[in-house]
Amino acid sequence: MTDPLIWLIVLPLAWATLAFALGPGRGAWVAMAGLLAQLWLAFALAQKIGAGGAALSHAVGGWGAPLGIDLAVDGLSAAMLLLTQCVALPLAVYARSYFKTGDPAGVWFWPLLGFLIAGLNALFVSADLFNIYVTLELVGLAAVALVAAGGGAQQVAAALRYLFATLLGSGAYLLGVALLYGAYGTVSIATLTPLVTGEAPRLVWIAGILMVSGLMLKTALFPFHFWLPPAHGGAPAPVSALLSALVVKASFYLILRLWLGPLQPLLPVFAWGMALLGAAAIFWGSWQAIRAVKLKRLIAYSTVAQLGYLFLIFPLLANPAALKAGVIQIFAHGLAKAGMFAAAGVMIKATGQDTVAGLAGAVERLPVTLFAFGLAGMTLMGLPPSSGFLAKWQIIEAALAQGYWIIAVVALAGGLLAAVYVFRVLRQAFLLAPEGRAMATVPRALEWSAFALAAASVLLGLRGVELMRLVGGA
Amino acid sequence: MTGGLLFALTGAALFALGVAGVLLIAHLLRRILAFNLMGSGAFLVLVGLAQRNDVPDPVPQAMVLTGIVVAVAATALALALTRKLHGLTGQIALPEDADD
Repeated sequence: MTDPLIWLIVLPLAWATLAFALGPGRGAWVAMAGLLAQLWLAFALAQKIGAGGAALSHAVGGWGAPLGIDLAVDGLSAAMLLLTQCVALPLAVYARSYFKTGDPAGVWFWPLLGFLIAGLNALFVSADLFNIYVTLELVGLAAVALVAAGGGAQQVAAALRYLFATLLGSGAYLLGVALLYGAYGTVSIATLTPLVTGEAPRLVWIAGILMVSGLMLKTALFPFHFWLPPAHGGAPAPVSALLSALVVKASFYLILRLWLGPLQPLLPVFAWGMALLGAAAIFWGSWQAIRAVKLKRLIAYSTVAQLGYLFLIFPLLANPAALKAGVIQIFAHGLAKAGMFAAAGVMIKATGQDTVAGLAGAVERLPVTLFAFGLAGMTLMGLPPSSGFLAKWQIIEAALAQGYWIIAVVALAGGLLAAVYVFRVLRQAFLLAPEGRAMATVPRALEWSAFALAAASVLLGLRGVELMRLVGGA
Repeated sequence: MTGGLLFALTGAALFALGVAGVLLIAHLLRRILAFNLMGSGAFLVLVGLAQRNDVPDPVPQAMVLTGIVVAVAATALALALTRKLHGLTGQIALPEDADD
């Protein structure tokens, strides 16, 4: 009962249920207390694995594999758990102020947040492919409900579009799992890994392709990104932040997990294809962000672009530095994008409109928020000393070490394009406000929690070594 | 051809039909039905392929039960959202993504 692994799943489920019973007012406090405890647990877990280097496992209810469900944590999953709690806690503080004014979306936010976090945590510690399917669906359903919680026609339509995309993705994944079970009679990742070889039957190849394409759809890799901008751009700001920072990373984590585990012998054939799509995502996403009219659309397209970087690492994975670069990029983008959506939410609340053009004059009224936006932008561009710089530098170094200079060029070009859309927002905010337009005052908790996330994304660049060591033990 | 393989092939065909439905049908109720068809196809593959010498394997059956619970939850959510959308817009199809 003292295993932190279990508590990372049980705690959010418990406070989600409590928050449902208590209502949004007191529910918010329960949620924040729960998230604080989870952050501590995740930190302790990461420290334990970072020090010992060995993976931890837990058999649920005392029933081990093959009949029961095994949970396992290694450096990679510990890092993902840490990121999830690190992003969720400031966003909870943010959401409490954001939804204070009787927003209908706030009524269901807390229970859904709990179920989402429970699903994510369970996904990161799952050690078998079927359990991963169940947790994927838990995450997907909670995320769809969060998008729809606003209740407007646009939001419901975006939620439905997102629901069909996510169900299609997990359906393909499930069929892949079914084929793998048919071939090998097991779904445990640890058992499957030595069984699958390069000479595997065609059935296994089909299974691998199905699973990875389903997950690519859920990660919104170009050209599967069509559902992301309306869902992330239309949801309330705290929800957009959660989705962009954490939910799309969960399915990417699974691709990585499969690639490093059971599907390792099959997938190198596809590594360059994935990198090509990643590069296309960087250019297409940045281009759409540069010409977006709405502020949150701009940030959502920036997510499409930043996810592209994650796929650039696949041809480089022979070098262990590439995996570390990927994890730092997950952290950098997670923290920065959560901060950026949070800052955008503040600006939209203050100006009353979700357009880039409406930001004129924001610098006088919202200096902290604008500074937060700038810091997050710094990470996305990859300027030193931010964690984004560390991630891109690692990718470029790994690419050059293996002679793949084209990947380095794409990574650099992506940074320049990010600068264009970030400065587009900042420039507009520095313009003088039109005469006679007042801005609403916003609670300071909103501004400072956005700032905390953005600052964390920059400061992580200084502590990246610890993170790399944690993943290196995996 | 063994019985198990027949189940698996039928499942694969149902899955493909379901995917086509989810992608191509605009009417939301029919789309939700198509999703259920897709899910059933995957379940059939899971149960059918796992039979060895026509002896059923209990583990995938337990998985399919779990999968059915998930599919029911997803269907319920999809139906609730469809109803909400119908109430708000009077439409039973997704509107074009307007602000792009």
